[in-house]
Amino acid sequence: MSIAVRNLTKLYGDQKAVDSISFDVKSGEILGFLGPNGAGKTTTMKIITCYMPQTSGTVEVDGLSTVERSLDVRKKIGYLPENNPLYHEMNVLEYLEYAAQLHGMQEKQISHRIKEMVHVCGLESVRHKDIGELSKGYRQRVGLAQAMIHEPEVLILDEPTSGLDPNQIVEIRNLIKQLGRAKTVILSTHILSEVQATCDRVLIINEGKIVADGTPEKLQQDFRGSESLTLELRSGISDPMQQISPKLRSIPGVGSVELLGQTNGTSRFMLHVEKGADVRESAFRMAVAEGWVILEMHRKATTLEEVFHKLTTS
Amino acid sequence: MNSYPNILPIFKREVKSYFNSPVAYVVIVVFLAILGWFFSTNLFLNNVASLYIIFDSPLVKILFLVIAPAITMRLLAEERKSGTIELLTTKPIKDVEIILGKFLAAWVVLGAALLPTFLYVITMAILGSIDFGQVVTGYIGLMLMGGVFIALGLLASSLTDNQIVAFIMGFIFAFAVFMVDKVLPYLPSFLASTLEFLGVDFHYSGIARGVIDSRNIIYFISMLGFLLMMSTVSLERRKW
Repeated sequence: MSIAVRNLTKLYGDQKAVDSISFDVKSGEILGFLGPNGAGKTTTMKIITCYMPQTSGTVEVDGLSTVERSLDVRKKIGYLPENNPLYHEMNVLEYLEYAAQLHGMQEKQISHRIKEMVHVCGLESVRHKDIGELSKGYRQRVGLAQAMIHEPEVLILDEPTSGLDPNQIVEIRNLIKQLGRAKTVILSTHILSEVQATCDRVLIINEGKIVADGTPEKLQQDFRGSESLTLELRSGISDPMQQISPKLRSIPGVGSVELLGQTNGTSRFMLHVEKGADVRESAFRMAVAEGWVILEMHRKATTLEEVFHKLTTS
Repeated sequence: MNSYPNILPIFKREVKSYFNSPVAYVVIVVFLAILGWFFSTNLFLNNVASLYIIFDSPLVKILFLVIAPAITMRLLAEERKSGTIELLTTKPIKDVEIILGKFLAAWVVLGAALLPTFLYVITMAILGSIDFGQVVTGYIGLMLMGGVFIALGLLASSLTDNQIVAFIMGFIFAFAVFMVDKVLPYLPSFLASTLEFLGVDFHYSGIARGVIDSRNIIYFISMLGFLLMMSTVSLERRKW
């Protein structure tokens, strides 16, 4: 079950929420939508789930247009909207039954399927409780159970882990991974570790445009800019700014040197290293030659956080 | 009904939700308490055995003006506020099914408020003689008029995410449709004849008199159809 988005544009008044984006999601893929708030993630999801139509462009789910074949598309999609809205006065079983009925499932199928979802989502202990009484973690499970009650082939999850505590985040993440194995999943988030933990592919969106597309590893590689090396030396030199910095800067591959601090002959430097260069060995040899003692040497690679920050701030 | 199979689950959920919360009970108790007070006063103080209070006095109509929007105010406003409207409209169901399911549920609650008044009819039948034909048309008339108020309340609820605003708008809409044929004497005659046809009370009194006139039936059917269509359009507003 593939999703094809072509030149999708959505205008709210004069404001472009989504600006001519195109992408494909292959069957069985877990795609992470990453972007700051207001980047157009939710809008894109609302269009794919047929909540509202686009201004221009097309979205096809399994070859069916979301505008012309809206009802057929909606049958194939399980959707967890942002903030996980639920009917608080219904209990868990009633609610799941209602969701199943609205998907046009047969009565016989429904009770069987509800049992299955209650088991898979770990809702046994709360199945007779009103949803309003449940903790946020359980509500999120109910939201997921509701989205998957009709065995959809496509799952659209808008910030499925927002507002949960770290333990609950891990639980929900595992649940999504487990359930998403045989499905096409799009999930949005602004938590970067989540993308690394769950997604096969990442789309970074900013101001309605796609700014990066690839596996989390590939993005990290592509956007690896200058790395940095933190170096702490004991040299007994009272003026490292004049006596050490120029020497460090002379190492091939070092772009600039920054003095972070000094105390009693010990000084800390930050070396900005050019892309692809590794200066650790040269730094070591220089220290040996000059008689400095290396107390600390630490290389920092670009994280997905930095990639994200770089791409979404201009 | 076969082309709208999803009306039933929506209808069932809404009715259940009314009777699981205090809304339905409060509405029914208030309605019956006020009606009962006036009915017994009329019976014991004035010594009149008649159903005047139920079918002819403005009392039931005025109570309907208030309880209809009280019943309907949450129907769509609450879903909009909590965001569940997004869940509902991304299910494979038509918008018109949502509107019809909710309308029928609210109408049933109004009917449930009216149902116990049949005890008065039985009491009157024992004490004196009543025209059962007129009782039947009276109830049909009240339900049709209540249906128009419910449809107006539903339309109001579809326009806002605030239940209080939905209640006030619903009341104003219903009040306008109820009052429009009462201001006729102050209007030029060419306007008066048109507006008279719009007034819900004019058509109700026709039916309540025991005369099932096709003009009155057509009025109620077209009015309900038009209002429910407006609500459906209002629900589709998200797509504009």
